[in-house]
Amino acid sequence: MSANLSAIFYLISGILFILALRGLSSPETSRQGNYFGIAGMTISIIVTFLSVGNFGSGFVYVLIFLLIGGSLGAFIAFRIPMTAMPELVAGFHSLVGLAAVFVAISAFLKPEAFNLGFLGNIKLASLIEMSLGAAIGAITFSGSIVAFLKLRGIMSGAPITFKGQHLINLILGITILFLIYYLCKVQSSNIFWSIVLISFLVGVLLIIPIGGADMPVVISMLNSYSGWAAAGIGFTLENTALIITGALVGSSGAILSYIMCKGMNRSFFNVILGGWGATDQTSNSQNKEQKPVKSGNADDAAFLMKNASSVIIVPGYGMAVAQAQHALREMVDALKKNGVKVTYAIHPVAGRMPGHMNVLLAEANVPYDEVFELEEINNDFANCDVAYVIGANDVTNPVAKTDPQSPIYGMPILDVEKSKSVLFVKRSLSPGYAGIDNDLFYRENTLMLFADAKKMTEDIIKNL
Amino acid sequence: MEIDPFIFRLSIFILSIFVGYYVVWSVTPSLHTPLMSVTNAISSVIIVGAIIAALAGSSENIFEKSNIFGFLAIILAAVNIFGGFLVTQRMLQMYKKKKK
Repeated sequence: MSANLSAIFYLISGILFILALRGLSSPETSRQGNYFGIAGMTISIIVTFLSVGNFGSGFVYVLIFLLIGGSLGAFIAFRIPMTAMPELVAGFHSLVGLAAVFVAISAFLKPEAFNLGFLGNIKLASLIEMSLGAAIGAITFSGSIVAFLKLRGIMSGAPITFKGQHLINLILGITILFLIYYLCKVQSSNIFWSIVLISFLVGVLLIIPIGGADMPVVISMLNSYSGWAAAGIGFTLENTALIITGALVGSSGAILSYIMCKGMNRSFFNVILGGWGATDQTSNSQNKEQKPVKSGNADDAAFLMKNASSVIIVPGYGMAVAQAQHALREMVDALKKNGVKVTYAIHPVAGRMPGHMNVLLAEANVPYDEVFELEEINNDFANCDVAYVIGANDVTNPVAKTDPQSPIYGMPILDVEKSKSVLFVKRSLSPGYAGIDNDLFYRENTLMLFADAKKMTEDIIKNL
Repeated sequence: MEIDPFIFRLSIFILSIFVGYYVVWSVTPSLHTPLMSVTNAISSVIIVGAIIAALAGSSENIFEKSNIFGFLAIILAAVNIFGGFLVTQRMLQMYKKKKK
């Protein structure tokens, strides 16, 4: 296949990928969008085979490896529980990152296969592109592994900070840039390997100081990095599909990071530099005075909700941990039978990744037109009889509006306190991720339900 | 004077960033998780490079160092392609409208 013809096909793939993302503007068009994505990928792969034109024994091996990886991927995709989606995505990011590193390595070892010159005499531009691609890919890989371990609970979600951390990261970053410059001058493979190794280290150091509840930002950021790594390799290979995709994914991840940071009213750098709540947690628990708390049981909760005319559900990460989404939907069904109007309110940073709660509710067969974003629903709390807070905490804390001293001051929150009564399902009065006490616990109209989210919801169903 | 082909690629890249910017802002927030999994799947188009790397060189010796890295990258990218698209599909199947 001629180079021009294959370039046109790669362009078509790139356009199909744009349409794949475009489809996600509404749930109705999203499935079709996914098919566009699959079509784009199929075209790219077939065109690559045709343009390489080598159908010898190597081709058979390629197909075999493709099948091995593919069946592994398919197996994971069908088996993974929806609650594990954040760690799955983090894991997948690490694979893209590592694949980018490997492709860059082979391009460096055998540049003639990619028309980039010869070993020891690679075109300058290609050398810069492939080393940037390899460095970003390596950071994506090791960073995603750390994110994966934190999300999976293998590694503690607490931020790991030490003195001079940011200085070390800065020095390592500058070292990478310097090595890339040096590589262009001497083209030595040792320098190339050093760039890759240091980048692996940077990825780890970059993610360890970031705490568990900031994971939505981290995952989005790594998503963005995997895109830039792909784009870097795309420039090396002079491949349009890869360049377009890299740019799309890179900007997509960047926008998601921005949305997540805005949801917490924090700057991107504030999140990246890490360690939120790690320091002021102790000081807060010391000066906490005993305040009266009203606590209730499933019977009280069922009574309140049954007699309400409207209920808003506020799910959070705790719902995912307790796997309470199915029980929750059954409860809502029972309430609807009693003529109660029920809607769901989702905070942008609820859960461990963007849109986490929406997927879990969709899994439990909650229709998506009953689920609302913060701006859409926040005014409705004032007219609502009961707010049922299940597994959320910081995102409902009224302190964010009233106390300029609070670390979460200015964060957009769900105005749960405006509803006539609040049912707060929580195991204990312990503070949330931000390490601050939730004012809502002590309000006159709040009834605390101390229990596991799933168990409490099931008990309420029995009493309805 | 001729324009360096690099400039054309750079143009495509920058325009794609703008396209991505507008397209992603129009994605509904409830689909942000599928957005992440599908972007993950499409960024595995890096498999194109992996295939070229794996098939490079003479057909007698297909397991040179550079080929091996290519084959490894094929496995990783293939996990992502199949895993990414299928898990996205699985999620999107779950989004249903209220039965009227």
